[in-house]
Amino acid sequence: MISIENISKRYGDFQVLTDCTTHVAKGEVVVVCGPSGSGKSTLIKCVNGLEPVQQGRIRVEDVEVTAKGTNLTKLRARIGMVFQHFELYPHMSVRENLCLGQQKVLGRSRDEANAKAEALIGRVGLLPHIEKFPGQLSGGQQQRVAISRALAMDPIAMLFDEPTSALDPEMINEVLDVMVELAQDGMTMMVVTHEMGFARKVADRVVFMDAGKVVEDRTTEEFFGNPESERAQDFLSKILNH
Amino acid sequence: MNYNWNWGVLFEEEYLGWLMSGVGWTFAVALAAWVLALAIGVLIGVGRTLPSRPVATLCTAYVELFRNVPLLVQLFLWYFVMPEIVPDDLGRWMKRDMPNPEYVTAVTGLGLYTASRVAEQVRAGINAVGPGLTSAAYANGFSTAQTYRYVLLPISFRLIVPPMTSEFLTIFKNSSLALTIGLLELTAQSQQIAEYTFQGFEAFTAATVIYVVIALGATVIAQILEKYTRIPGFVGKG
Repeated sequence: MISIENISKRYGDFQVLTDCTTHVAKGEVVVVCGPSGSGKSTLIKCVNGLEPVQQGRIRVEDVEVTAKGTNLTKLRARIGMVFQHFELYPHMSVRENLCLGQQKVLGRSRDEANAKAEALIGRVGLLPHIEKFPGQLSGGQQQRVAISRALAMDPIAMLFDEPTSALDPEMINEVLDVMVELAQDGMTMMVVTHEMGFARKVADRVVFMDAGKVVEDRTTEEFFGNPESERAQDFLSKILNH
Repeated sequence: MNYNWNWGVLFEEEYLGWLMSGVGWTFAVALAAWVLALAIGVLIGVGRTLPSRPVATLCTAYVELFRNVPLLVQLFLWYFVMPEIVPDDLGRWMKRDMPNPEYVTAVTGLGLYTASRVAEQVRAGINAVGPGLTSAAYANGFSTAQTYRYVLLPISFRLIVPPMTSEFLTIFKNSSLALTIGLLELTAQSQQIAEYTFQGFEAFTAATVIYVVIALGATVIAQILEKYTRIPGFVGKG
């Protein structure tokens, strides 16, 4: 469904991504991991065109993301994205956060949008908070709202950019639980994360990146059981030892 | 100092009338110029933040031009120079037939100048919202126009209420410069009272008090506005 082929990206002289290639099939969950600054967040932002690339091609279903003149707005409406810092609209209630895109982008009626919002917010256990503003919720609650906001658009795939990195430790699980459930429901997901427990549990494949390159791209069992590169072995030994 | 204080002069019918007329013109200039400044300033400020290079450059040029020439010089340029450099017919119309030329010129000059300052506040407000929310809005499927309409502007307008209050107060005070092109606003009327009665202290004290009262009134209104538009639980981006 998502295919990334040989993409390279520079910020001025700084090479962020070098010749990266990977694919995500329909219904697949792919975890992208690697040390800080390895380009994993940049990679995922290229998928819905939030970051332009200089070389290579990216396709999402039948849409050529990297081609000139592609209607990125239309494409983005079909791909959900969840950010490290939640990025909920702070001046709107939870309900409005979930309804705005449905009404203004998808053209749904107010009633339709509300019904969808209530169903999704109920699923993440936040129905009593639906009239509150993001600033009145905890980080974990905000991130669950952010996931629901993305799902309200009925996306064909979901991108997660370090969804638990800005959370207090006791809130990480409430967000991961929602993501696990989503994965089990068959959602196509590309997840940048350091949560190796999550990766083991639901990922079909793991992409390991370092210094802007895809170093490993293998099934989860292979990656954890028998990482090929020294860099990945080193990374795993550091984050799994405690 | 030998000075005959006579506060009563301010309440003599003729002079009180002058003062009130001055207050009226001060409001008329300041409010009309403010409307102009807001309309143009918001457009220019938004323009500077747009991804389009030519638009951003054009808007930057506007800001730098109007912000860096003294307001007094701008008023003189609009009043004395403009009618001479536009096509003859228009110039003749501006000099002879334009209704209320001092007022129109003052509003134009003050409005376009203040627009450059409003634009900077708007730009700062939009930048303060941060790239994260912009990305989120795009990722949500919004077009650039929708992103501004529903996310960036509603938040940034709330953020810039305090500096915009300053601009609003400044436009009142700057409107006193209109006296140099012959508009009888508050300062001009006070000066006139001083000249007629030789009670300069009283006349300018009256002007001072009126300016301060206007400013304090505007500040109170701004505080109410700020309270009313505050976002629950939002204390700026951490």
